[in-house]
Amino acid sequence: MTNSIDDLEKADCILVTGSNTTEAHPIVGLRIKRAVMKNDCKLIVAEPRRIRLCDYAHLWLKQLPGTDVALLNGMMNVILEEGLADEEFIRERTEGFEEFKKVVERYTPERAAEICGVPADQIREAAHIFASAERAAIVYCMGITQHTTGVDNVLSLANLAMLTGNIGKEGAGLNPLRGQNNVQGACDMGGLPNVLPGYQSVQDPRAREKFARVWGVENLPEKPGLTVMEMMEAAAQGKVKALYIMGENPMVSDPDIRHLQEALDKVELLVVQDIFLTETARRAHVVLPAASFAEKEGTFTNTDRRVQRVRKAVEPPGDAREDSWIVAEVSRRLGYDMGDVSASAVMEEIASLTPQYGGISYQRLEELGYLHWPCPTPDHPGTPILHVEKFTRGKGLFSAVEFKPPAELPDEEYPFYLTTGRILFHYHTGTMTRRSAGIEALASTNEVWMNPEDARELGVEEGEHVVVQSRRGAIRIRAKLTEDMPQKVLFIPFHFGESPANALTNPALDPVAKIPEYKVAAVRVLVGKEAEGVDVVSLSSTG
Amino acid sequence: MKSVSITIDGKAVEVPADYTILQAAREAGISIPTLCHDERLEPFGACRVCVVKVEGARALLPACATPVSEGMRIWTDLEEVRRARRTVIELLLSDHPNDCMVCERSGSCELQDLAYEYGVREPRFQGERHTYEVLDDNPLIERDYNKCIVCGRCVRICREVQGVGVYDFINRGFDAIPGTPYGRSLPETPCEFCGQCVSTCPTGALVSIPYKGKGRAWQVTKVRTTCPYCGCGCQVDLHVRDGKVVGASSPVMVGPGQGNLCVKGRYGYEFIHHPDRLTRPMVRKGGELVEVSWDEALDEVAGRLKEIMEENGPDSVAFLCSARCTNEENYLLQKLARAVVGTNNVDHCARL
Repeated sequence: MTNSIDDLEKADCILVTGSNTTEAHPIVGLRIKRAVMKNDCKLIVAEPRRIRLCDYAHLWLKQLPGTDVALLNGMMNVILEEGLADEEFIRERTEGFEEFKKVVERYTPERAAEICGVPADQIREAAHIFASAERAAIVYCMGITQHTTGVDNVLSLANLAMLTGNIGKEGAGLNPLRGQNNVQGACDMGGLPNVLPGYQSVQDPRAREKFARVWGVENLPEKPGLTVMEMMEAAAQGKVKALYIMGENPMVSDPDIRHLQEALDKVELLVVQDIFLTETARRAHVVLPAASFAEKEGTFTNTDRRVQRVRKAVEPPGDAREDSWIVAEVSRRLGYDMGDVSASAVMEEIASLTPQYGGISYQRLEELGYLHWPCPTPDHPGTPILHVEKFTRGKGLFSAVEFKPPAELPDEEYPFYLTTGRILFHYHTGTMTRRSAGIEALASTNEVWMNPEDARELGVEEGEHVVVQSRRGAIRIRAKLTEDMPQKVLFIPFHFGESPANALTNPALDPVAKIPEYKVAAVRVLVGKEAEGVDVVSLSSTG
Repeated sequence: MKSVSITIDGKAVEVPADYTILQAAREAGISIPTLCHDERLEPFGACRVCVVKVEGARALLPACATPVSEGMRIWTDLEEVRRARRTVIELLLSDHPNDCMVCERSGSCELQDLAYEYGVREPRFQGERHTYEVLDDNPLIERDYNKCIVCGRCVRICREVQGVGVYDFINRGFDAIPGTPYGRSLPETPCEFCGQCVSTCPTGALVSIPYKGKGRAWQVTKVRTTCPYCGCGCQVDLHVRDGKVVGASSPVMVGPGQGNLCVKGRYGYEFIHHPDRLTRPMVRKGGELVEVSWDEALDEVAGRLKEIMEENGPDSVAFLCSARCTNEENYLLQKLARAVVGTNNVDHCARL
């Protein structure tokens, strides 16, 4: 997030798109609801499903899945056409405006409406509300990014924020919600194939040299590595022969499970370090029992770049050990001694090599509770709002973005859109929430959400089991009929291994971010006799 | 914000003009008891236990709902003030079960603390008492209206903070309680099971079922940590007793949640001590995963990694670090990949 969570209650307008905030990020959802209820903030929700936030929204833009660029370009067309843009901001803080303008001029609200299914008048109204707010914030999540046009979608939101001067000030900004407790931190720490900690490129010889010196090695690899989807492909092709997985469950979280299963079965060495015998761990050659968050010291970095402490409350069960100990032991056996791997000592090393974390130490976190990075020096107060005076790259760059349709659209054979996501009660692959009895009792069954009119045409009753099938696989699942779904769009949560949504999803990737298109796939529904004898994918029920 | 000068118990203080007497007193280090107040909520002025004497005012005024004004002279500890508070406490206790011995909230109950402070053993007022059935119509939140003091905190937090509004006052006068529409069970309402109502309830009227009977305030140690679920980063106090996590709460006005949590952050911790937890390293032998010692497992990992690296080069090895693990652990794993194995094949589920 460019701004902090606390900041949301200062917004005059919030555009929420591609985020079912009250279920996937309930506390951010709570702050958005408060902004509406207490401060009369105008909420615009752009989303195909009727999510709970729609009940609090001034305007719900009921768009077709995968049409974000068209909708946003349509809104920006209105803002330009009606002179609502922040010209001073554009002139002084940005570049690339003219090329951007040329593209947006072609997306009249009428043309945008044809693509995204939102009436032109509503596109106009949304543009007016957003552009006339003194402080307008954008909140988005995987509904924006998990597309083959994920990068285009994000660039379009950045365009909207810059066009209206809503970057670098309180109550505004571009605010992606990160889905896991420490996904921000894992990225910050160089858990990515192209960057060292602090987003320092592996191709930058000076960065490599700096790290090599502190780590006491001669050199570091220069060639960017493989992303997770590329790793699995390389494993299937026999190029990656050893896969070491710490605390992830790709068998449930990754797209096109059948193909992934082949990849995992092909590697010569699969090491899984986890707290449960997950679907992935079951296929491993070596399983290493790890400590849970309650059994170790450390830090997590949340979605608004807030570094906060994790503290040890209890001992790990049996022989389970902290991940840091396990990694250091493997390292030692490979001939490299990592030295003191206690959490505070490692943070000192991180601070010495990672400019954004330069001023972060356990002592300061103990005193202050948290610090927002960038926090370059020990006397720096942290940075809750980014890009205040200038952008990290200097000028903010407008991008000219054309609409492109999703990789797979419904057709005669597979007539429904499938979109996937989370529900309030469960978390990701369910390994933790599905083992919490009270929560599991409230939401123990996977369901495909379907518009009652579609159900009537298919002859499906509430609670009936159907088979949902895509070109990649099929699952057997209970039907839930709800007016919250638009017609011809189905929703399946991905928490449930026994009927894994990701047996159906399309592994087509965004060309830049390599993110799979979880939010749009084409599927069909098989009912009654048709559903009999179909080969369905089913993993264990609790991760 | 303009500031105003006031005196509290003879002490001169200067506070912002939009403060209430309660805020001013707390800032001056003077304690005023409250029952219907929660920093997360708008002032309500229902319980009258926070009354104070303001010179020139005709009656005692509720500190939580009275704004300060220039020159105000406030007395918080006069005999008449204490007498009024005592009466309120006695009235509340006249329809409250005296079962602190087995009450979940004993030790963290605001009513119990006040009875203790004001020395109320037996209420002066004897009269009709309610007997309600304890409602446990769901696996997470128990409602015992016998212990309800009708402060409205649950009603208000569900509406003002959670924005849902499951509860409202039903019935009138002596029979008023915060109920659900048509007396429905919580699963039949739009309840999101965040437990904000439990967190604000001053007594044992609302209780978290999974944590019931596991340890009361003085028996647990609270360990402040960060929630392990989504990216909000809410601060959680894990309640620990005898080496086990037996409860969870969130410190009020601290962190992104400001004391509020969701159903996962409040109730999703049984996995920690679940029998399915992995407790021994395992190595696949003859197709089966077999428990082995750490030395054997780690030697196996390192030995086979070495073989594969020597035969096929470092890029034949790939690592997935974790959006669930700590910064320090992720840092170490990418260091293992880059500095020790010599590959940039390291990624995680940021895209998934």
